[in-house]
Amino acid sequence: MPAVEMLFDALLLLCMVVLAWQGVHARNMFRAVVSFMMFGLLTAVAWVRLEAPDIALAEASLGAGLTGVLLLATLGRLAPERRRPRPRQAMTLTVLPWLALGLAGTWVLLAVTLALPAPGLGEAVFAAMPEAGVDSPVTAVLLNFRAWDTLLEIAVMLLAVIGLWSLGQDVLASPSTLPAPSLPALVRLLFPLFLLSTFYLLWRGGHGPGGAFPAGALLAAGLVLALLAGARVPRRMTGAPMRWALGAGLLTFLIVAVGVMGYGEAFFAYPPEHASLLIAVVEIAAGLSIGVMLTALFLGGEPTDSRSERR
Amino acid sequence: MSLPPGTLFLLAAALLFAIGAHGLVTCRHLLRKVLALNVTTTGVFLLLVTLGRSGTGVDPVPHAMVLTGIVVALSTTAVALGLIVRLERRQP
Repeated sequence: MPAVEMLFDALLLLCMVVLAWQGVHARNMFRAVVSFMMFGLLTAVAWVRLEAPDIALAEASLGAGLTGVLLLATLGRLAPERRRPRPRQAMTLTVLPWLALGLAGTWVLLAVTLALPAPGLGEAVFAAMPEAGVDSPVTAVLLNFRAWDTLLEIAVMLLAVIGLWSLGQDVLASPSTLPAPSLPALVRLLFPLFLLSTFYLLWRGGHGPGGAFPAGALLAAGLVLALLAGARVPRRMTGAPMRWALGAGLLTFLIVAVGVMGYGEAFFAYPPEHASLLIAVVEIAAGLSIGVMLTALFLGGEPTDSRSERR
Repeated sequence: MSLPPGTLFLLAAALLFAIGAHGLVTCRHLLRKVLALNVTTTGVFLLLVTLGRSGTGVDPVPHAMVLTGIVVALSTTAVALGLIVRLERRQP
């Protein structure tokens, strides 16, 4: 590896470690949250360095973006943290054993890496790519070869939404005053672009980095921005339409998975000649559902009727 | 330099995991615990992808697993934050 790349990686990872430490231990909670968001953005760069553009897209939008919005919204609703009782010197002393543990862990991981058979499942995936129905190996794994994992993942998200709704009505997204008067105008300009990029990423998922998750994240980012700019969930959307949108991804996934059994295939074994179409259908439904579910996670509870009048 | 490829990333993964686990145990504030948990997951993701890459080619399976993991981590964070807000309102 060239020395310049080595140096870049070393600097990047050093910054990540320092920001992670800041993100957990900064004196001021606001600083901790902002450090954590910076950490997420640098992590996205690290994914690019590791040749994982799909993960970089998801990390930048979900790991740094939406998680940051959630954290800041929560921070605004918590009482200020009480003074930490522990003195600083004791802090650095307790860290040393943990540092030793981290380094010992690295040594073990390195030994394991070097002992592992090299290619993992990569060769098996590339051998099966002609039957996948898509050109992108990551999309093929997500929505065809290991679609079962993705189905359960969407179920986990839906479960999280149900869990939050069962806690009561929305608490997180209720800005009473607008911080910036120009925000609504900007959102009106940007929102169509968010929709356009969502569909672009959905369409692109078949042959490159993109697909349902980044697309859903982008849709959610647009919706959350609209909510922050003072938009409210329209009254006629809070009931059945929103519930259907939340469940559409899981439902479509299950219908396709069970439907192929009608052709004499196994659960989730798409017939190769229809795989392309089936994956596109699942991906669009999952992308829209993921977008709505992420927005629902931001709302933090069931949308209420009392505050549902439009702006 | 005769370091095997990915050494730096493995080192960072281990350090991030250690920082996160340490914070998860020692921090009192619940929001800090959530942040520490997220740092821990990033360490694990970094490990998974680096291991998948150390072979001859790029293995897409860990990539898909990490994509799944990021979404699950976000869902966990959202539910945890919702619970923290409710808890705070219970005990002023």
